[in-house]
Amino acid sequence: MSLATEFNKGVIRDNPLFRLGLGFCPALAITTSIENGLGMGAAVTGVLVASNVAISAMRNIIPDNVRIPTYIVIIATFVTMVDQLMHAFTPALYASLGIFIPLIVVNCIILGRAEAFANKNTIVPSIFDGLGMGAGFTLALVLVCTFREVLGAGTFLGMPVIPGDTPVLLMILPPGAFITLGCLLGALNKFQKKTA
Amino acid sequence: MQEYLIIVVSAVLVSNIVLSQFLGICPFLGVSKKLSASLGMSGAVSFVLVLAGTITWTVQTYLLAPLGLGYLQTIAFILIIASLVQFVEMVLKKFSPPLYKALGIFLPLITTNCAVLGVAIINIQQEYTLGKVLVHSMSHAAGFTLALVLMSGIRERLEDADVPESMKGTPIALVTAALMSMAFLGFSGLI
Repeated sequence: MSLATEFNKGVIRDNPLFRLGLGFCPALAITTSIENGLGMGAAVTGVLVASNVAISAMRNIIPDNVRIPTYIVIIATFVTMVDQLMHAFTPALYASLGIFIPLIVVNCIILGRAEAFANKNTIVPSIFDGLGMGAGFTLALVLVCTFREVLGAGTFLGMPVIPGDTPVLLMILPPGAFITLGCLLGALNKFQKKTA
Repeated sequence: MQEYLIIVVSAVLVSNIVLSQFLGICPFLGVSKKLSASLGMSGAVSFVLVLAGTITWTVQTYLLAPLGLGYLQTIAFILIIASLVQFVEMVLKKFSPPLYKALGIFLPLITTNCAVLGVAIINIQQEYTLGKVLVHSMSHAAGFTLALVLMSGIRERLEDADVPESMKGTPIALVTAALMSMAFLGFSGLI
């Protein structure tokens, strides 16, 4: 498979959030503004690429029966690095993502790619796999964020887009997250059936 | 006393771990199709959650904080949770085979359940004392159980409902969760 295919599969065909159903927790929790979505997407992509590289490089050294604990420690190390970097350079974003940055450790996308891809492939395809999955996840997050921010706060990336001052507050509150993601998944199912 | 009561009410109802903090969504959507499975899952999660909450707090307070190793928090906590899950699995297998059989398949999944790590981190962030950590962890376990059991009750009924083809499965489960979450918003006036 070419490198472009490795990248593309994560964006559309095997989109981690919409197609594989992984990473629901952050997709529901932090998608109140597009900025949060981009920040979270970037953090997850960073950890994903780094852990894919490390795991792929060490795939012949790690004994098979302790591989899951090893992966978790590797992932936790990179999450800690991202956590410290964001704390230092983007304090506002760090505050609004809060607890969900350390929780990237238990994001199933990262462990899933380690197990399904990085431990069977060489380093370069693993980088592209990580980039593609990360891009697909970011895209999905931004899509959910767009609906919630535009409808719930009446803004797009902070700029007011809906005139008047009564946006649908519910969309920013927790129920809005469930409704948006549920309806998006339903709409994608419908769309896919039509094209198939 | 009042402080503890506020922790309980807020953790179980007002900021329910699943419906308003979005922790533990995977088991919430994954094992809520049958009431019996959801009871097993909540049992296993509650058990590990309370144990892990207490142990991570102890490690943080008496080991990491005095040594200035706060940055190792994430790594230390996930290692504690993973080994705890493994340990609980072995103990149950040896001493209570029936319980092991009932919880068995759910136990390995708990390591990557963000509710466990999430509550452990919240315990530290709120700077709770040991007593509060216990109450807080138990309340969140109760909140998780409540949400999961309610959800599985609704989903057993949804099986017979006439749901549009493209909404079947996860989409309708998410919309159901939205309505539950809306109902739980009504508790926000309690504290």
